[in-house]
Amino acid sequence: MTFWLLLTVNSVTFGGLLFLLSAGFSLIFGLMRIPNLTHGSMFMVGAYLGTTFLSGALPFTLNFWFAAILAALEVAILGALMERLLLRRLAGEQLAQVLVTLGVSFMVADLCLMGWGGDPVSVATPAGLAGFVRFGTAVFPLYRLAVIAIAVVFAIVLWLMLERTRLGAMIRAGVDDPQMARVVGIRVSQLFTIVFGLGAGLAAFAGMIGGPILSVYPGLDQDMLPLALVVVILGGTGSLLGSFIGSIIVGFLYNFGQALLPELAYFILFLPMVLVLALRPQGLFGGQIL
Amino acid sequence: MTGRHVAIAAAVFALIAVPYAITEAYYVNVASQILLYAIFALGLNVLVGYAGLVSLGHAGLFGVASYVVAYLLAADHGHAVAILASLVIGLVATAGFAALSLRATGISFIMITLALGEIIWGLAYRWISLTNGDNGISVTTRPAPFGLSLATASGFYYTTLIIFLFAIAATAIFVGSPLGAALCGTRDQPRRMNALGYHVWMVRFLAFMFSGLLTSLAGILFVYYNQFISPQTLALTASAEVLLMVISGGAGTLLGPVVGAALVVIVKNVVSGVRLTGLSGAVLVVIVRNVVNGLFEHWNFLLGVIFVAIVVLMPEGLVPGAVRLTRSAWRAANRQKTAAPSVAGPKQ
Repeated sequence: MTFWLLLTVNSVTFGGLLFLLSAGFSLIFGLMRIPNLTHGSMFMVGAYLGTTFLSGALPFTLNFWFAAILAALEVAILGALMERLLLRRLAGEQLAQVLVTLGVSFMVADLCLMGWGGDPVSVATPAGLAGFVRFGTAVFPLYRLAVIAIAVVFAIVLWLMLERTRLGAMIRAGVDDPQMARVVGIRVSQLFTIVFGLGAGLAAFAGMIGGPILSVYPGLDQDMLPLALVVVILGGTGSLLGSFIGSIIVGFLYNFGQALLPELAYFILFLPMVLVLALRPQGLFGGQIL
Repeated sequence: MTGRHVAIAAAVFALIAVPYAITEAYYVNVASQILLYAIFALGLNVLVGYAGLVSLGHAGLFGVASYVVAYLLAADHGHAVAILASLVIGLVATAGFAALSLRATGISFIMITLALGEIIWGLAYRWISLTNGDNGISVTTRPAPFGLSLATASGFYYTTLIIFLFAIAATAIFVGSPLGAALCGTRDQPRRMNALGYHVWMVRFLAFMFSGLLTSLAGILFVYYNQFISPQTLALTASAEVLLMVISGGAGTLLGPVVGAALVVIVKNVVSGVRLTGLSGAVLVVIVRNVVNGLFEHWNFLLGVIFVAIVVLMPEGLVPGAVRLTRSAWRAANRQKTAAPSVAGPKQ
């Protein structure tokens, strides 16, 4: 019983991390119609930068949360710059844009290897959240519960941003019909930069938040990118609700698969994706952005 | 005999002469690698160039064929059984890939093939009881069909050459056939092809199967060449590498992938062996030397740089791109004399 409860909490935690990662991926896909193949790299860079702010290798040392926010801001700026300087040159050529993000992801992976070496870097759990919560006979790590709370808060904030603000309305318009949005005076190309930066920042934030659970290592980007892809294929592109539910499903599949059938965990993870593709190619929530 | 026939005969003769012209085994092996990857790139080009479907999961198919051979040889089955089973399972895997990914085109096709490729990578990596995980599987022997031992560098080269010639001839016939013409039609105008009565899905499926056949052949050769297979061979980097070969040479041309394969294999071999030394003096020179050497040590970084550079600067491929750039430079120089409008090269 305790085992299953713990597994469930781990699954929801991982689902929360995946949501932070894939919400941006899904929005970028919905708006720009390209899968951003650097998304895993941004997750990894966020974690590496965050650990560096923590480590004391720099003249200043930040606490965990400030490190995560600063890393997210930096990666958001890098993402926005990449959109402005590289992807903008290829506007309208989606294939070329995808290939450029792929090329950049290889460069980032090798730069991280040069900068931080090949050994995994573990991230200390932030002070105050290192303890456990007792719930009946089960003992839950406090930090994992905190990650769930953070993911829920971000989901609500993102939802409010998309539903209730002017920027959100413009993004929704851009996802629905970019041409019409342009006609009514929305600067869609500016939205591209904003959404790309936002998605990059969210991914980097997720990387740092996930650090105490996953640690940081070369190849983390390649581990996370397919998961974001599965979430988006499951949930449908450009849909916040789809990302959320897709993330939770993948979180459960991943953790239960690892625990019960470790050799086939990867296969189990992709099985529902195959089913969705065969039965409902637009994804479970494709088309609607909520 | 037309000029074309003479050129083909001369090229085949030159390829046959390679082991005589360069006797050093290392360089013969590099030539074998080029041909091997050319077969792979020819296979991917059928999809990327002629069907307009960009696959980022082909290393997975390549790996399926490789792993089947390695697994059966490690279990003490003969070469004939291993190779035949590998082709059959490779084609079955291709059919599965095609059935799932052909539900979409364009960007969604890329995402699905990428995810499928990652599944196979994940299986190779994690299904340790079958694949031996990260340690990979070693193959100790190479076959000797019809008395031609593949154990020597030149023996392996000639076998690869025969399969390469088969692959390129088959591709030429396929592209020139009515099916190939229909395939280009589905790339450019799928709706019209449908209205004309073509079964667009089936045309694409058959192209995918042909692509899978060439990919499996290359995968089998790869195992025999390296005598080792590990999940690294199936990674996304590998899929990207072969896509780079197709795009850099020129997608949708018969020789483009071959040129691209030669380019990537040579750059990779040169990069791993050569270091700039002796350059010293001005600070700037030292910085340039260190940057170049740094790039050389990191193939993945260089791969990314080449990728981005080619996509941004000459998306139609190196050969047509170089022609276009020279032409426009030449035209700019002669602008006063000829007032001809500048015509860009064919877009990808």
